[in-house]
Amino acid sequence: MSAAVASAKGVVKRFEGVTALDGVAIDVAPGRITGLVGPDGAGKTTLIRILAGLMEADEGEIAVLGGPPGAALDDLGYMPQRFGLYEDLTVAENLTLYAELRGLPRDERQPVFERLLDFTDLKRFQARLAGKLSGGMKQKLGLACALVKTPKLLLLDEPGVGVDPISRHELWAMVGELTAEGIGVLWSTAYLDEAEKCDTVYLLSEGTLLFEGPPGDLTGPVADRVIRVTGFEARRRQFLTEALDREDVIDGTIQGRSVRLLIRDGRETPDAATLDAGPDTQVEPAGPRFEDGFIERLGGGPRGTSALAERYREIPPSDTPMIEANGLTRRFGDFTAARDMNFSIPRGQIFGLLGPNGAGKSTTFKMLCGLLTPSEGTGAVAGNDLRRAAADARASLGYMAQKFSLYGDLSVRQNLDFFAGAYDLGRSEAAQAIEAMTEIFDLGERMNVNAGTLPLGFKQRLALACAVMHEPPVLFLDEPTSGVDPVTRREFWTHINGLVEKGVTVLVTTHFMDEAEYCDEVTLIYRAEQIASGTPDALKARAAELSGAADPTMEDAFIALIEDSDRARELEAAA
Amino acid sequence: MSANFDRRRLIALSAKEFAQIMRDPSTFLIAFLLPLILLFLFGYAVSLDSSRTRIALVVEDSSAQALDLASAYAHSDYFEVIPARSVAQVRDTLIDGTARAIIVIPQGFGEGMVAGTPPPIQIVTDGSQPNTANFAAAYGEGVRAAWMAAETGQGRAAPPITLSPRYWYNPGLQSRYFLVPGSIAIVMTMIGTLLTALVVAREWERGTMEAMMATPMRMAEFIASKVVPYFLLGIGSMALCTLIAVFVFGVPFRGSPFALAAIAAAFLMPALGLGLFISAATKNQFVASQIALLTAFLPTFLLSGFLYEIASMPWPIQALTYIVPARYLIPPLQTVFLAGDLWGLILPNIAIMLGFGALFFFLSFRVTKRSLD
Repeated sequence: MSAAVASAKGVVKRFEGVTALDGVAIDVAPGRITGLVGPDGAGKTTLIRILAGLMEADEGEIAVLGGPPGAALDDLGYMPQRFGLYEDLTVAENLTLYAELRGLPRDERQPVFERLLDFTDLKRFQARLAGKLSGGMKQKLGLACALVKTPKLLLLDEPGVGVDPISRHELWAMVGELTAEGIGVLWSTAYLDEAEKCDTVYLLSEGTLLFEGPPGDLTGPVADRVIRVTGFEARRRQFLTEALDREDVIDGTIQGRSVRLLIRDGRETPDAATLDAGPDTQVEPAGPRFEDGFIERLGGGPRGTSALAERYREIPPSDTPMIEANGLTRRFGDFTAARDMNFSIPRGQIFGLLGPNGAGKSTTFKMLCGLLTPSEGTGAVAGNDLRRAAADARASLGYMAQKFSLYGDLSVRQNLDFFAGAYDLGRSEAAQAIEAMTEIFDLGERMNVNAGTLPLGFKQRLALACAVMHEPPVLFLDEPTSGVDPVTRREFWTHINGLVEKGVTVLVTTHFMDEAEYCDEVTLIYRAEQIASGTPDALKARAAELSGAADPTMEDAFIALIEDSDRARELEAAA
Repeated sequence: MSANFDRRRLIALSAKEFAQIMRDPSTFLIAFLLPLILLFLFGYAVSLDSSRTRIALVVEDSSAQALDLASAYAHSDYFEVIPARSVAQVRDTLIDGTARAIIVIPQGFGEGMVAGTPPPIQIVTDGSQPNTANFAAAYGEGVRAAWMAAETGQGRAAPPITLSPRYWYNPGLQSRYFLVPGSIAIVMTMIGTLLTALVVAREWERGTMEAMMATPMRMAEFIASKVVPYFLLGIGSMALCTLIAVFVFGVPFRGSPFALAAIAAAFLMPALGLGLFISAATKNQFVASQIALLTAFLPTFLLSGFLYEIASMPWPIQALTYIVPARYLIPPLQTVFLAGDLWGLILPNIAIMLGFGALFFFLSFRVTKRSLD
């Protein structure tokens, strides 16, 4: 193996009693993309900061570019999570600043800038303030700043986070080109699908390495144990629940109309008859994914039955839609953040608002929550008109955002108490609900811990507990599982699927394609407009027509539909 | 560290800082609009002082002496008189605020004067505005005493009551003379400490600090790049204040521009040093601004001798003022404006301010680490 540009052995880092890294070893080879993969809170950022010389490890041997970390900063390119851009400087000023700090010779500056601006397609935006760029463009500028003086080692801390799939693809292509020049790249990500594109992967979970090697080494062992099941009689959520309760299945997910199952090692792959789901059931092998391997290393996903759903009340049937948007429009000054949103969600369905950051998902979401007044149009939640009965509408929904909905400096119990009070539960009702939530989500041992210091998986559980304590008929979920580990994500969707079977209606916003697969119907929002709506399968089929690709993923569909919308827009502009 | 202090990087960082200052309206407001507001506020407050206080004058007596005293009030520089014959006529003026005081020259005032036992006059004031009430009472009494002295002639009566000019809205223009230099202290504190603390804390909050630390930049360059622009901004703002003070408000300037610049520069050292220290220690804009207000802005306002005389404070507070750098700024500043270049007074103060500056800079270098730990 050629000399690593960065290598570390036995790295330990503790923060106030919490061990962030527990004996991690890593080698970053020149000319390759090394993936540092893991859920939020796994220790990825800490490891990258140690390699960049921004933090000191408590133990371990670390060599970066042949010296201690922080010594050879001339040859290091580093892009932190928030890109490190000055938002009140223009694109050109940001580049100039980094060029001067890295000591790029002045006579090289012109050609280097030329090349980087071409490379990132930012030439037209040189005079624009960095703060006014879209997420994808910021990310590219961040990369350009890290590259002003060609580094030998490039550290990228979650460059794909919060960025639309198109920009993510472009970024991969750009970084791929860099490795051809011999640069060693360390790419950290919480998206497991990105791991498959790396040359070598280090899978990090709670500060320890679960796996290292080429991604194929992880997917290989599960290769012939993944099946796709279609044509079953029961509804797909019911079918998945039953399948997951089987002994020989260790993991399962909904993929549009079909269900994807991972079979336990050493067990025979069940055929259609064994699954006993009706005469039309078909079983076919499916391609293994990095996530399957990860799940297996973690000991498999959760079972299919949700204790939360079992306890939940049955939401009475209703002929009227539970969530309705009729021409919802919101303008901020002369900027239209959401234009003419129309959809209607019947009881017991999951509906997804998909789109890149800044497309208008959150605006639509907030109007339906009653947090923003629509400029035009009407909406209703559980039959309560948002204009006349916004408070009633709010009372009939549970709201959960993975990132923001808890009080970090209150304990678990205080959070539960607070939300029970906020949703106006009676004293005995509240006590019962809290007890049930504590048991279902296994919060007992952590009742007196501050919510802010909980591990991510527990934060997620607590957020869900707080949102459903009052058994609302409607649930609003804002990117509920991005960044969490796949087992916790499975567990979450098991609960949601169970609740939906009880008649709960769910609205979810996400840019995360995994979450879109669980939806009955999705609408794709781009540049403040709905550009496509339908079932996930229907969108994939349309994308297959547009791009000609067979069996596209949800992400492929997303990209194809957005590109199609851009083309239509250009044609319109030209006409 | 790969290189030593590098001028090129310092220039690039300072240029970046200037670009940010130019684009950030709040920086500009603090540096140039705030001084204007402060100066006009003080100018306006001062001119309020010298405007006349309206009083109701009730003359119950029609003797020559009573009318003479009444005309003394009417001609006083301090009062604008609403004449009346009885208290009942003007009682409402005190209630609705038209008049700030009622002065009554009682029946039999003239007879009393002739008899040599002048009856007291009555002064009724509006206690809900104590400062104005004190002012009206004291000056009302002062006018009477002065008139008495003139009327009775020297030696015939007890010496007239002498007025103590300790009210801080002094008559005339004197308050303007010390308020305007004082406002320079406030402005330089805002720029030096508050603004600097905010901009450094902002770099931590927005994650740009992290990106900067992963470049070959040295922390000394970073600190210098914050000090240089805000030092220049502070001096510029001070110059603006001085020009307005001298040419708009007519404050005398008896010293030299050089002495003024030296004093301001010396004060900016502790101000900037404290700002850097606060931001490096807190790394959070909100906390930094709170601490800057508590440790720099309020002491400059209250404990520097700018508004309240240090000599009249209780001793524990007086002791506290010794660690307020602005305490060493106000006397030389007032000296340069009102007296001239008295280097004997200026130099020791400059030395003390530089001492504080050195201490704060030392502390900020100690806490500013090239590390996210």
